[in-house]
Amino acid sequence: MIAADLIIVLTAALVAVAGSLLGVFLVLRRQSMLSDAISHAVLPGIVGAFWLSGGTATVPALLGAAAMGLLTVFSVELLERSGRVKVDAAIGVVFPLLFSVGVILVSLFFRDVHLDMDAVLYGEIAYAPLNTVLLAGREVPESLLLMGTLALLNLMFVALFYKELKLSTFDAGLAGTLGFLPAALHYGLMTLLSFTTVGAFQSVGAVLIVAFVIIPPASAYLLTRRLSVMLGLSLLLGVGASAAGYGLALWLDTSIAGMIATVLGAAFALCVVFSPLGGVVPTLTRRVRQRQSFTARLLLTALHGFDRAPTPGDLATRLDWDAARVDAALAYAQGQGWVQGQGSGYALTPTGQTLTGRPG
Amino acid sequence: MNLPDLLTDYTLRNVALGSALLGVTGGVIGAFTMLRRQSLLGDALAHAALPGVCLAFLLTGSKAPLWLLLGGGLSGWLGALAVLGVLKYTRLSEDAALGTVLSGFFGFGITLLTLIAGSGDANQAGLDKFLFGQAATIVAGDVAVMAVMAALGLGLVALLFKEFKLLTFDPTYAHTLGFPTGRLGTLLTSLAVVAVMIGLQTVGVVLMAAMLIAPAAAARQWTDDLRRLLLLSGGFGALSGVLGALISATQANLPTGPVIILVASGVLLVSLFFAPRRGLLWAKFASRRRGRVLREAMVRGVRP
Repeated sequence: MIAADLIIVLTAALVAVAGSLLGVFLVLRRQSMLSDAISHAVLPGIVGAFWLSGGTATVPALLGAAAMGLLTVFSVELLERSGRVKVDAAIGVVFPLLFSVGVILVSLFFRDVHLDMDAVLYGEIAYAPLNTVLLAGREVPESLLLMGTLALLNLMFVALFYKELKLSTFDAGLAGTLGFLPAALHYGLMTLLSFTTVGAFQSVGAVLIVAFVIIPPASAYLLTRRLSVMLGLSLLLGVGASAAGYGLALWLDTSIAGMIATVLGAAFALCVVFSPLGGVVPTLTRRVRQRQSFTARLLLTALHGFDRAPTPGDLATRLDWDAARVDAALAYAQGQGWVQGQGSGYALTPTGQTLTGRPG
Repeated sequence: MNLPDLLTDYTLRNVALGSALLGVTGGVIGAFTMLRRQSLLGDALAHAALPGVCLAFLLTGSKAPLWLLLGGGLSGWLGALAVLGVLKYTRLSEDAALGTVLSGFFGFGITLLTLIAGSGDANQAGLDKFLFGQAATIVAGDVAVMAVMAALGLGLVALLFKEFKLLTFDPTYAHTLGFPTGRLGTLLTSLAVVAVMIGLQTVGVVLMAAMLIAPAAAARQWTDDLRRLLLLSGGFGALSGVLGALISATQANLPTGPVIILVASGVLLVSLFFAPRRGLLWAKFASRRRGRVLREAMVRGVRP
């Protein structure tokens, strides 16, 4: 049983690794939704391969899906280039059309076979240990082998073309003039994305693969400004969420892939709220602190103008503030060591005097 | 399938009516989302509706469409707000915001769906039909609910037509005129939620995006006038809905939602190529004619 657990978590982690290796570049190139489009559009490719090969053979399915993936990207670009439709509308037209064709084919010709629609949408990773293939005389879970190969392939692609990917992502024009063929890289990326999508199809399904591709990079993007760190954080997050999601799914007896996607979504929400680089809470606290500091500096300037140590009441009159505001500003300035009590009033410390920019 | 059937067959009539209502509302409201370049927001909030449908079922224990649609609408709306919030507070681009919200909410929905299925509640069977829609199960009561929502959505568009128009084409000017642009924008986004709620039963979560985009993009080919664009887009949507419902009724096992999407995409393709002025064929002829005039002028050595 432990072996089965391990296989499921490992498969999910490999889906996340393979997905987010490519997802990092999709997020940076603002093409995240292409992964949503491709994940739906590969369906007719899988159905076609199923029909031609007479079964769920892996290699024809991969090829069919890759063909559909490239067709999706190509049609979106064609529509966009026609100038009649914006890119988001082009995506939103192409993938429902291809997905509809797939659904119609499934319901007309493959009603009772393996390709049922629930599996298409959210897969069943719990079956991962059950489907095995013979490899060098040993039984190996098929999806583990498949996702392992795809993760390795994607890793090799990213490692081999790291420089080129980086350049073409951040400056496509320069990459083109230097002869790096950004278009070839783009289609390579999309081919691998199609492979990864169809490889993950039977374990996590069409819609949830998007979570594995996009959410870890999007979260990592909020935590760092370095590409290499972003890649590392994405992989870490994907693997961590796979393990945590699997544990939660076992505990609550729910869909494993769905739970992993939920955990990923929650992790993203945490990054949005708490990221030190522009998260909502750090940004708001920084704003509050800036306001406090600014108010306290106004107070220092006012203090400077008195020739005796003024009471809070004097300051309130001079600045036309209410007592609470004066007290808050005094407390902040005292905390910073800018003012000190002197009799019933307050006076600048040496630090405070330097801050006002005038000799005491 | 012919006209008398449409009038007498109870199921077919409901399906056709429901699809027509979806088409009109999706077409009109989709035209605004397309012009505001928020086409895929509809896709994201349709996916975000799934957890709400499941939660509504878990809380009320009833499968009454009204409750499920209200739940779905509420969580779809939250999803849309989440996208806008991520865009406002982080440096993530729109596509990443859409992708994360879409797949995160949908994952949560799938989790709830399997939680319900695992509880062995016999009543839950059919809840997952919201994924692809199941037009055949639409009854007269559902059509009434859809009609009320469609009337609400279209009524608001009619009432605030001027404001929406200004907001869509020149939000800065609208702001300087003192219009509450923030609230108007949220209202327009909320209307997309209404369209999605109508579409959940017919085409489902996954295919809803096309019903908001295809009719609008097709209508854009035929006119430059917003009023005409809305009418055409609604008309194309209704046509796709009814035609799709009729075609799918001709054969068993032909699912309604995908057929409707196919028809809508067909309308868009025809419009892309054959619409006067903006049509691609038209543009090709025009450029060829220009080339010929230019060549003849060069041969004769005169200004064209």
